[in-house]
Amino acid sequence: MQTTPEAPVAEPHLISDPDARGGDPPAVSIEGLAHSFGELEALDGVNLSVAPREVVGIVGPSGCGKSTLLELISGLREPTRGRIAVGGEADAEARLARSAYMPQRDLLLPWLSALDNAALALRNRGARRAAARAEAAPLFERFGLAGFERARPAELSGGMRQRIAFLRTLMSGKPLLLLDEPFASLDALTRAEMQEWLAGAIEAEPRAVVLVTHDVEEALYLADRVVVLSSRPGRAVAELAAPGARRRPRDHVVTGPGFAEVRHRALAALAEGSR
Amino acid sequence: MSRSSGSRRVLAPAAVLVAALGAWQLAASWGVLADALSIEPFLIPSPSEIAEALWADRELLAEDAWVTLREVVLGFGLALVAGLGFATLLHLSDTLRRALYPLLVASQTVPIIVIAPILVVWFGFGIGPKLAIVALICFFPITVNTLDGLRSVDPDLVKLMRTLDATRWRTFTRAEAPSALPYAFSGAKIAIAVAVIGAVFGEWSGSDAGLGHLMLQASAQLETPLLFAAVVVLSAGAVALFGALSLLERRVAWWGIGNDG
Repeated sequence: MQTTPEAPVAEPHLISDPDARGGDPPAVSIEGLAHSFGELEALDGVNLSVAPREVVGIVGPSGCGKSTLLELISGLREPTRGRIAVGGEADAEARLARSAYMPQRDLLLPWLSALDNAALALRNRGARRAAARAEAAPLFERFGLAGFERARPAELSGGMRQRIAFLRTLMSGKPLLLLDEPFASLDALTRAEMQEWLAGAIEAEPRAVVLVTHDVEEALYLADRVVVLSSRPGRAVAELAAPGARRRPRDHVVTGPGFAEVRHRALAALAEGSR
Repeated sequence: MSRSSGSRRVLAPAAVLVAALGAWQLAASWGVLADALSIEPFLIPSPSEIAEALWADRELLAEDAWVTLREVVLGFGLALVAGLGFATLLHLSDTLRRALYPLLVASQTVPIIVIAPILVVWFGFGIGPKLAIVALICFFPITVNTLDGLRSVDPDLVKLMRTLDATRWRTFTRAEAPSALPYAFSGAKIAIAVAVIGAVFGEWSGSDAGLGHLMLQASAQLETPLLFAAVVVLSAGAVALFGALSLLERRVAWWGIGNDG
């Protein structure tokens, strides 16, 4: 396997890996999902299955219910109709216990250091501060954040904050990561850098990932498979196999052969679904 | 903030203060103010006479200031404990909040100061009624501001804490309470300013010590320099308490209002 220079060294399974066994149920299984807020239909007829360690990108126009979909999967909401199972369990509490959610805004706690923010899930489960820090510190080293452990969120750039937010999600130790537009608030250059960083991080710590984004390129670069949602009420209108490009430098991928073609198909589906 | 703009921040109001004191000194010594009000000149002491009274009666002023300071700090402390506790309770229980919050707001239409005489009847002339008045006055701003802070926590942050395996209580202690801390401080700063008013009013309603008591005595005996001296000590004390709270706020709640992630 080839790694990019900036990418974290692939040294998997340092964090407990609940998906290591064979013959597991799909990480996510959604059948006939529909959800409405009162009169407003947000999602209608979504079917989706995500294999353990598979990265699925979800793209769609603004307001197509992408964020709602993640809240439904995570167990923060119950759907109006349909069935959602995470790791084979449909119960909301069980879904909550198996999925980690990374919101669009980093929502780092300003009074905690970067290290304590990353270790928040451990502390929430009752770990002592020293133990939580000891567990988080090696990850800072591996993911290129060494030296920033004691920094406060206000002292960090947007990109750095998103890295800490991703580590916080990862450190929850859950088999499913739900990423909601993680880089939407970053400038184009930082976003490209962060995509590469995230690609390396996912390779180093394989998880099932559902990545919601409005950026087709981002989805195609990071994901194994991309699902295109229509505008409200959101339905899956296309499903594309992505080039599986996470292991290569982003610049090579997005300018490489094949990428333009699949990108064109994704955009066409997006335009079709937005009509 | 740079040093120059920091000192300019202090310099400008200080210059105004000095100019005002100078004008007062001249007006008082020439008898301009007394003539304008048609009263005896000794009823309007000049700043220098007030300063003399401050020095000459320093022991008396210190004793009474100590009595008033205790009333303010203890009453404020009671309100702080009760207010933070009450705000937490109302935040965590929707039922209690719906039942009690409107009553809490409505209770503010009762002017607490006018019930001071009742409290004196109940608790006597000691520190009791003063603590009650100060605590009652301080309770409202502390409770309402803290509750506002807790209610304005980003709902996404609460959701995030749930997916990070936080119990309701841990979400409160790790995310909501620190977010609300700057709000609690702004409530406490309002409270400490009105606490001084409450203590003086409590003393006016019946007491045998304290700066409020001293002011009544000095006023009755037409000792206007001492009366003004008591006002100066009281104001300085209020400013010092407010300043102490602001300093503490900068140390323990430096992230400020609305920065909950």
